[in-house]
Amino acid sequence: MGQITLEKVTKKFGNVEVIPPLDLTIHDGEFTVFVGPSGCGKSTLLRLIAGLEDMTSGTLRIDGQDATAIPPAKRGLAMVFQSYALYPHMSVRKNIAFPMRMAGVDQATQNAKIDAAAKALNLTDYLDRRPGQLSGGQRQRVAIGRAIVREPSAFLFDEPLSNLDAALRVGMRLEISELHKKLATTMVYVTHDQVEAMTMADKIVVLRAGHIEQVGSPLELYHTPRNTFVAGFIGSPKMNLIDGAEAEKHDAHTIGIRPEHIDVDAQGGPWQGKVGVAEHLGSDTFFHIHDTGLAETITVRAPGEVSFDHGDTVFLTPRDDKIHRFNAEGLRFS
Amino acid sequence: MSRTVTTQRKAINTALAWGIGLLIFFPILWTFLTSFKTEATAIADPPVFLFFDWTLENYSVVTERSDYARFLWNSIFIAGGSTILGIIVAVPAAWSMAFVPSHRTKDILLWMLSTKMLPAVGVLYPIYLLFIKMGLLDSRLGLTLVLMLINLPIIVWMLYTYFREIPGEILEAARMDGATLRSEIIYVLTPMAVPGIASTLLLNFILAWNEAFWTLNLTAAKAAPLTAFIASYSSPEGLFYAKLSAASTMAIAPILILGWFSQKQLVRGLTFGAVK
Repeated sequence: MGQITLEKVTKKFGNVEVIPPLDLTIHDGEFTVFVGPSGCGKSTLLRLIAGLEDMTSGTLRIDGQDATAIPPAKRGLAMVFQSYALYPHMSVRKNIAFPMRMAGVDQATQNAKIDAAAKALNLTDYLDRRPGQLSGGQRQRVAIGRAIVREPSAFLFDEPLSNLDAALRVGMRLEISELHKKLATTMVYVTHDQVEAMTMADKIVVLRAGHIEQVGSPLELYHTPRNTFVAGFIGSPKMNLIDGAEAEKHDAHTIGIRPEHIDVDAQGGPWQGKVGVAEHLGSDTFFHIHDTGLAETITVRAPGEVSFDHGDTVFLTPRDDKIHRFNAEGLRFS
Repeated sequence: MSRTVTTQRKAINTALAWGIGLLIFFPILWTFLTSFKTEATAIADPPVFLFFDWTLENYSVVTERSDYARFLWNSIFIAGGSTILGIIVAVPAAWSMAFVPSHRTKDILLWMLSTKMLPAVGVLYPIYLLFIKMGLLDSRLGLTLVLMLINLPIIVWMLYTYFREIPGEILEAARMDGATLRSEIIYVLTPMAVPGIASTLLLNFILAWNEAFWTLNLTAAKAAPLTAFIASYSSPEGLFYAKLSAASTMAIAPILILGWFSQKQLVRGLTFGAVK
């Protein structure tokens, strides 16, 4: 079991309110991702759940039990840190064994669990090495191993992949997702990378300045962002947000259209502009279109290889049914 | 552009370094040489440097006249004891200042350091009276306590600097892994700070070994360490330089040897943080 409930939780550092009153329920077995720009309070929120920071007010419940005043060690949660936070003076085996040693688990059980974790995480050959002798990806796996053997009611991940290079990050992302499928344990994952959020989460919590902007499944957020902030934050490349006359045509203050929902051709269409930069990914081509009179840049995603060059005049056709409409407060109304 | 150092410049620098090094070391060398001279050669004018009749007489007289082993043991006991006690008190103190600082931490650190700016003699009278009342005069326990307290600010400062270099996330990880505060300090913090703790130990041991003000004022015979052993040869009826030198050499030899073998640790410890 691992249901985590936050009720009217607040956090102040001195006079600065980092987390204004916040309510959130993370269901048992769910993979929940906290995402938001840096400084939005996502890491603080995770540390409040972990118990590494004290709440200023509010209640934290783990499986219904009030855990507000329980020290981190007793909350039954395991945490994986951005810096891996391995014990540099201990071998991999000792690192993984540490939580069990603290819990007074007998040696035979310890060894069995270490071997199982090492096998699952491909660390069997490295058990006698020190963390300093491992690569970044291996270190992160050791950190995960150390978390697994505790059999926690929930895993907390604090930007665990930010220190890895791009290729490793994709691999580790998959490994963590697979681990979640296998263990079916609650996982709370903090990242500033919306791609990680979209690919891994069952539920995404978008945060800005300590406020929850929206909670929902990745596709809910993608299809029906509650406001312009979520609309701009979720999805890559970003949704195009257009104000002014064009928005008024749709009876809105702002309209949003995702790059993949705009067709581009040389013949004709309602919008016109000049190609700035074309990014060819093979599978897709991203065009950054200038001089449209709508916004500084309109990003368009064309499937496959489309060859327009810098300076070419192109026509853009948004798909009307994919247009998001927002009012003056930035809230979605259809 | 890289800086070019000419051979000539290098040679001058090397000579200069050696010169300064010898200058600093000269008093110790002179003491060492004098300890092998007769009393007459020791005060000869002009002074004799190397070419004299080397004799071990001073050493045999000194060991005959005083119980070197007892002074040595007292020194080891007092220096070692005050260092270990100091570490036991300073590790938790430095831990809390480094990892859970309050807005007063900086003030406390400065206040502790400020106690080192007070001349020791300023508190001699109160401490002397306290020692009499508590029956600690001329006791190893008393001296151990005083030296521990005298050096505590330095130990706390050094450990604080080392602990600040240890990433807090590792300690948080230990907390998440179920470690109590005690296990966190014993199994995670201390082993990671071993190099720092070792150089703090060494430096403090040396400071305590050489401490002469309190050791001379608070002891008579029973608890007197090697500093008192040296002092006993600067007698009022006239100085016997050769014997004084022999006593000095015997007193500083153990700490010099210790310092020689641990110089790597010491240098690392003293420059820690500054060079990084």
